[in-house]
Amino acid sequence: MERVPILKLGDILIVSIQIDLQDQGVLALQEDLADAVVEHRARGVIIDITAVEIVDSFIGRMLSTIASISRVLDAETIVVGMRPAVAITLVELGLSLGGVRTALNLEKGVALLHSRDGVDSDTVTR
Amino acid sequence: MTVHSEADRHRIDVLLQDQEERITRRWIDIAVANAGGHAARGALTERLREIYPALQRALAKDGENGELRRLLAELSRGQARQGFTPSETVVLVLGIKEAVYEVIEAEEDSETLRGYHWFCKFVDDLGLFTFETFAAARERIITDQAEQLLELSTPVVKLWDGILAVPLVGTLDSARTQVVMEKLLQALVETGSEHAVIDITGVPAVDTQVAQHLLKTVVAARLMGAECVVSGIRPQTAQTIVTLGIDFGDIVTKASLAEALAYALRRSGVQISEGSGKRVVVGVERA
Repeated sequence: MERVPILKLGDILIVSIQIDLQDQGVLALQEDLADAVVEHRARGVIIDITAVEIVDSFIGRMLSTIASISRVLDAETIVVGMRPAVAITLVELGLSLGGVRTALNLEKGVALLHSRDGVDSDTVTR
Repeated sequence: MTVHSEADRHRIDVLLQDQEERITRRWIDIAVANAGGHAARGALTERLREIYPALQRALAKDGENGELRRLLAELSRGQARQGFTPSETVVLVLGIKEAVYEVIEAEEDSETLRGYHWFCKFVDDLGLFTFETFAAARERIITDQAEQLLELSTPVVKLWDGILAVPLVGTLDSARTQVVMEKLLQALVETGSEHAVIDITGVPAVDTQVAQHLLKTVVAARLMGAECVVSGIRPQTAQTIVTLGIDFGDIVTKASLAEALAYALRRSGVQISEGSGKRVVVGVERA
């Protein structure tokens, strides 16, 4: 089974999904990510889905779950690089990814996390 | 086909041959008189003179009327494009019946009159064919225009670095929303814009369906990491929205495009300050 690599950049973890994730892969990613957040004391998690062309409700739920797990561990999750077609599909499926912040690309995602760090860390949105 | 009717047909053929000039003239007169005031006599004369020999050949060959049909189709398509009514078009073809009848009556030829009945049926078929072509041509024009409208009416414009606007004009339905949504999201990715203003000043009525479509677009943009502001909500529209109980949730709405732009600029960290005189000084706040 292919594992998705988790990259560390300062206090941010970056996960770039470039393969078709199966159920097992998703569960493994959730475990790996939870471990990594604790190990590196990460403040933010960025999930890059630029390469993801097809989404279903399962992937949508995966993103929400990862965000929830990270929040419990005091790290903010940002999903970046969603394609228009993917966004439209998610809306049509009725999934709005509650609790997940989004950014247009990796650069803006990193900038967003840094700008949040400047603000009082107690202000948690949603 | 019986020998009897064969003979009658032959008489019509001969009549059309012998009285060609007279019938054509009369036909053109009738056609111009019936085809509405805005018909150009010159163009019509040319067309009918072209059709007449084709009609003769079709009658002689019985059924082999491909050329005639082609000419008639051309005629009715032209009429449809120029905005003539269906009856104004069909009457052009049916006019020949009257022209032929007048000639037969003047000749007092009762033998030919029997063939006339058969001739009428033939022309009626042509009339129906003309009408069908006319309707098809109209249908096509409408479809083409609908497509053009769809392309024309959904521009995505750049207001500022990182701020896009979509001025919506006309009624919003599912098909249009789909186009608007796709265009806007694509533009957001291409330009890397984090703010978008959807201006609905030109949308005549907002009902639950339109609101639903707007919400979808805003949510999709948000999923991609961009914020949408809905602007151009008129007092009437605001009342309708409240009366219908539509909930825009936490979507920012502004009364005018100007306010929406000011809001988006503020959000993206651009400061606008009015200096002395009418000069507008713009500076970007660096993080």
